[in-house]
Amino acid sequence: MRISRINRNETGSSPVEQDLSLLDPIIAKNKGKKGNLIPLLQGAQELFGFISKPAFEKLSRETGIPLSDMYGVATFYAQFRLNPVGKNIIKVCHGTACHVQNAVEISESLEEVLKIKDGQTTDDRFFTLESVACLGCCSLAPVMMIGDQTYGKLTGNEAVKIVKNIRLAENN
Amino acid sequence: MITTVTVGLGSCGIAAGANKTYEKIKALKETEKLDFNLKKTSCVGMCYREPLVEITDDTGTYLYGEVDAGRAVEVIEKHINQHDPIRDYIVYTDLFDAPENDFIGAQVKIVLRNCGYMDPESIEEYESRDGYKAIKIIAAEKTSREMVIDTVLKSGLRGRGGGGFPTGLKWKFANANKSADKYVICNADEGDPGAFMDRSVLEGDPHSVLEGMIIAAYAIEANGGVIYCRAEYPLAIKRLNIAIKQAHDRGYLGKNIFGIEGFNLDIYIKEGAGAFVCGEETALIASIEGERGMPRKRPPFPAGSGLWKKPTNINNVETYANIPWILIHGAEAYARYGTEKSKGTKVFALAGKVCHSGLVEVPMGMTIRDVIFKLGGGIKNNKRFKAVQMGGPSGGCIPEFLSDTIVDYDSVNATGAIMGSGGMVVMDETTCMVDVAKFFLDFTCKESCGKCTFCRMGTKRMLEILERITNGHGREGDLEKLEELAYQIKDNSLCGLGQTAPNPVLTTIRYFRDEYEAHISHKKCPAKVCRPLLTYKVDEEKCTGCLVCQKNCPVKAITGERKQPHHIDQELCTKCGVCFSKCKFQSILLS
Repeated sequence: MRISRINRNETGSSPVEQDLSLLDPIIAKNKGKKGNLIPLLQGAQELFGFISKPAFEKLSRETGIPLSDMYGVATFYAQFRLNPVGKNIIKVCHGTACHVQNAVEISESLEEVLKIKDGQTTDDRFFTLESVACLGCCSLAPVMMIGDQTYGKLTGNEAVKIVKNIRLAENN
Repeated sequence: MITTVTVGLGSCGIAAGANKTYEKIKALKETEKLDFNLKKTSCVGMCYREPLVEITDDTGTYLYGEVDAGRAVEVIEKHINQHDPIRDYIVYTDLFDAPENDFIGAQVKIVLRNCGYMDPESIEEYESRDGYKAIKIIAAEKTSREMVIDTVLKSGLRGRGGGGFPTGLKWKFANANKSADKYVICNADEGDPGAFMDRSVLEGDPHSVLEGMIIAAYAIEANGGVIYCRAEYPLAIKRLNIAIKQAHDRGYLGKNIFGIEGFNLDIYIKEGAGAFVCGEETALIASIEGERGMPRKRPPFPAGSGLWKKPTNINNVETYANIPWILIHGAEAYARYGTEKSKGTKVFALAGKVCHSGLVEVPMGMTIRDVIFKLGGGIKNNKRFKAVQMGGPSGGCIPEFLSDTIVDYDSVNATGAIMGSGGMVVMDETTCMVDVAKFFLDFTCKESCGKCTFCRMGTKRMLEILERITNGHGREGDLEKLEELAYQIKDNSLCGLGQTAPNPVLTTIRYFRDEYEAHISHKKCPAKVCRPLLTYKVDEEKCTGCLVCQKNCPVKAITGERKQPHHIDQELCTKCGVCFSKCKFQSILLS
């Protein structure tokens, strides 16, 4: 059921400061247009990486769309996040082709090395680990995607190596 | 003739490193001032050989496979500078026997006619390959709407999204409903795990989809168009946006297009927000309208009351891509391919344990065996072919002994699977069918929108039973319970998602009952996949006593001195599989 997307446990980290005035152009562009709810939410998420409670409230106040409608839509679609995310989102593909070629091992190895569970973010907000349904790169299964980069024909160890290298590159 | 070097830059190619190959060749061309045209194209379907580079010169066309940046230097040096093609790297050519000649030769390319043969970001190239010719003929000959619909009807084209409803009939209904505003929608929300046909078409030939939509809009008198594309396909969205802009600039979209008085059409892209159920047409419409994507009862069908309650025609990407070809070559030419009730060709995405994973387009009526063995090159690592999954979460597993089934809608339906959108995931002896059924149920359970109780609760109950079975707690009567729930869900769900969600379970029970029974009665997983049913043991012959498994075992179940064979305490072992994946000497045995 899609309701399982609702995660009541915030990640526990301190609230992120957001400049909500950045939302103004998105509101101006979409206000009063029919079918505007999803573009509003997509715009907010693009700005901040997730949709915070204050962002919801501002959008609702200024467009007149009830908060309940917004929350209903935001929790329905897999794209929307209600919690802050890491700088790098690791999407491990769990499509059929990846599943039969041991995508579970990739997720488990990454969970182990990052010390987080699927859907969580590392304490330093550097990585978020996610399982996704299908990235459409089945010929390279098993696959993961970090940012716009796709990595194929992986093993658990290789996935760990890639993630470690990204962290190394960042630290230097 | 000037030599042309073309690099395949589809998602699969890019993932395999084609951008680096392209940059390398570009750099070589510039630094060494080489005389050739460097072009980009999309996926030609041979994903297993990516990155691909095609060289066309005076002597012919050569397709090189697995060209990484290093190989690119070699190929350019030998082929371009010394005019000496490297035979070992050539995978396809019409000049001599190359390893993949059969792969291309056995296909009939209608939908994929341009994919991998032209630059998808160039409207000129599309036009040079009969692009926008169909709609121009319609405009020039003042072909009536009814004639266009009649041609599509006669071609026998059926909806390629999975439903298989005759496309011409859909258009006829939408045309019959009069309204000042009407819409055409392209369903590009390819959510089936294991399917990537639509992605390749959108990335490789976006204009053909636009042209198909323009023709549909003409036929039903629509003045608005929406492409509902999943956000997970960034490259497809980028190329579609380019194509739409180019079409606008040429006056192919906008007001009075193609000189047809009163034919106004604008098309925009709506990015899907990630919900499998939005592949269902009424849910898709709800999503475009900014609502939760929940299906509603039909009738009214979208052809009567669709987007914003106006008559709407929805087809999927592949269906639209067929349309221009059918209009140019005629209904008979299309209907020549295929079987009595399924005409034309079908694109399949081959994936899983098959040697040649990639995209193939074959005439309807080919046997599944031929698709997997002739085109797909058989099973990886010489394993035994066990089953093929068709139709994604709505489909089923077709076992090896039925692999002479031909691909057409009705024959595939008879097996309990469905044709679906064209995903074919091949499974070998190391795939556990109970695990596969659980995988799909887990997917549909998460993706159920929650509207119908049977789908919402029933899939959850089925999933619990399957989890129990794969965890070694299966009980007598579980199979009967699964079947009972399955038929209730099928009978009492509103939309296609619920009505088909039990198919993967039903087909696996039907064809692989013994495997379920092994799990339930003997607590064994014959394919050695379900970990709780396995026993981990140390092969004392092979074990070098390196201590790695011992250090990594989370429950300290492994004992033994350095350089002495280790031992796993079965009482303590939680069967997590860590020792198996950490051992570098393959000395952990599964039984």
